[in-house]
Amino acid sequence: MKNLLSLVNGPQTFGQGRTFWSAALLLLVAALFFPLFVSNYTVGNVAFFAVWVFMALGLSLIWGYGGMLSFGQTAFFGMAGYSYGVIAINFGQQSNLTFLSLILALVMAGLLALLIGYFMIYGRITGVFVGIVTLSLTLTLATFVNQTAGPEWRIGRARLNGYNGMTRIPPLSIPWVDGKLYFEGTAFYFLVLALLVVTYLGLRILVNSRFGNVLVAIRENPDRAELLGYDIRRYQLAAFVIGSTLAGLSGALYTAWGQFIAPASMALPAAAMPIIWVAVGGRKDLTATMVGTLLVLWLFQSLIVISQQYALIFIGALLLVTILFTPGGYLVWLMEHWQAYTERRRERAVPLPSGRPVAEGAAE
Amino acid sequence: MLQTISYLYQVADVFAFLVLAAAGLAIIFGMMGIINMAHGEFIAVGAYVTTYSYQAGAPLVLGILLGSAAAGLFGIALERTVVRRFYHRPIDSLVATWGISLIMTQGALLLFGSGAPGVGTPFGSVAVAGGSFSIYRLVLLLIAVLVLAGLYLVFMKTRFGVHARATMQNAAMARSLGVPVDRVYAATFGLGAALAGLAGGLYAPTMTLSPMMGGSFVIEAFVTVVAGGADVLVGTPPAAIVLAVIKATATSFYGQVYGVMGLLVAVCIVVRVLPDGFTGWMTRRST
Repeated sequence: MKNLLSLVNGPQTFGQGRTFWSAALLLLVAALFFPLFVSNYTVGNVAFFAVWVFMALGLSLIWGYGGMLSFGQTAFFGMAGYSYGVIAINFGQQSNLTFLSLILALVMAGLLALLIGYFMIYGRITGVFVGIVTLSLTLTLATFVNQTAGPEWRIGRARLNGYNGMTRIPPLSIPWVDGKLYFEGTAFYFLVLALLVVTYLGLRILVNSRFGNVLVAIRENPDRAELLGYDIRRYQLAAFVIGSTLAGLSGALYTAWGQFIAPASMALPAAAMPIIWVAVGGRKDLTATMVGTLLVLWLFQSLIVISQQYALIFIGALLLVTILFTPGGYLVWLMEHWQAYTERRRERAVPLPSGRPVAEGAAE
Repeated sequence: MLQTISYLYQVADVFAFLVLAAAGLAIIFGMMGIINMAHGEFIAVGAYVTTYSYQAGAPLVLGILLGSAAAGLFGIALERTVVRRFYHRPIDSLVATWGISLIMTQGALLLFGSGAPGVGTPFGSVAVAGGSFSIYRLVLLLIAVLVLAGLYLVFMKTRFGVHARATMQNAAMARSLGVPVDRVYAATFGLGAALAGLAGGLYAPTMTLSPMMGGSFVIEAFVTVVAGGADVLVGTPPAAIVLAVIKATATSFYGQVYGVMGLLVAVCIVVRVLPDGFTGWMTRRST
């Protein structure tokens, strides 16, 4: 157990040592007390931002660590969103099974990822084809749901409702002393925050474990990894399913938050949004992905008030500039330069008599 | 009788659509190994230029040629400025061209609004065995076949074709033998974009013009290229035939949406059993 926990620090993640974790803890405390000082609207808005981070972290695992660019994470987002809606409308409300609906929705997203991932990865689809197969998947699902407007498209009591989307989906709730506790507003915020902390730390452990190291080895050179005896397809499929299930978590939480899901969340340009969040911050690091996602979301929301077209053009330009000049992402670029800078300073500050730089212990 | 004819007509219609939608994408993929995510937007460029020249009084044929040329020139400009930086990192090229696609779509929305005047479908229809069939759709089939034949001639019979095939096989070797590889890349990208523009121009009379119209081509174009593989001459036609039969069958039995879903399922199975798509299958048989 202790060994497992020590894996939160490792070669595959930036940010370790006392400074980083103190800052992280401080940020967490700030996030915990934040709802006391701002309006309910702001709390809801921040929760709404945080909901997307799961999908971004999942894509970081698949694309950044696994080297497979999936353009279709929204397929799993939508799959889980619609599954949550259908199950929660049918069973959630009266029998307090909304959390079971959430879990079943994740299972559905994971199964879809397993199916598509099996055909892709075991069919040896690599490189750019992963992107267009997954994009075709999400666009096809969106097209399919778009035409389910008629009354014959119902599962139990849930009407899919086509283009307009499924409505009146019950929010997450648990039995409570006086009836029910609904996860809305501040309660939802704390739920998402808790899930986010668990997911972030869990993924850090995952990518620094043996699994993560093999996954990165496959990204760097699939042939070499295979010659070293690893069944690279199993690792890639596992990463794909885990990352896509996280996209599903975003989808189910989004649906529970807005009590609504529509096919537009699987179509263009929604499908490409995760790519932007992950690419701009830095896909090869979980922390950079998380911070970058929140920054881009905040920026986008501030701009979309002015004009949707200009906001999307700006986002497109941001993506283009990022990938042209700092392909690894801005935050990763900054972190790498900061690391190089501090190391250079340390070398100059404390030269040993032998002239070798001091290694200041692993804790740093 | 009528059912058979209308089924064959459907297959032919889908085949033409798949070939025309995918040819430009397939050429660029086959040569540079990158997928142009702005493919749909090049199609839209062709459709817009065609429609606006038609509205300005040009004959439709001239309008379509202008649309194709405009998309081609735009493609060359884009290749020179952006795309060429990504030849050594193809996955990033997806992201970059997607950024371009987003900028183009939203820019067009700002410039032209979401709707536009249409062009009526020319030629009317012909009655066979009691059913009525649009002549224009048959013309499209003819053009799709002509495009494939034209590509065959360009790649097999011209100096550019020799250079292009040499570059495709081994770019470093071709360069050292004096092939102007950079210009071959630019010309190929331009040719691919021009074919996308041609598709847009040809289908402009049959659909509503909008900046997002490229979206109704991309799924079909993607799946055809994935199933076809790297060689537009060897892989794309058989892939288009197989997918056309599947899509037309699924569409006539269950409806339009199931046609598209059938395509996706078919592609998943094709890539599982045929590595490198139909290109790999055809080349293995011939050697």
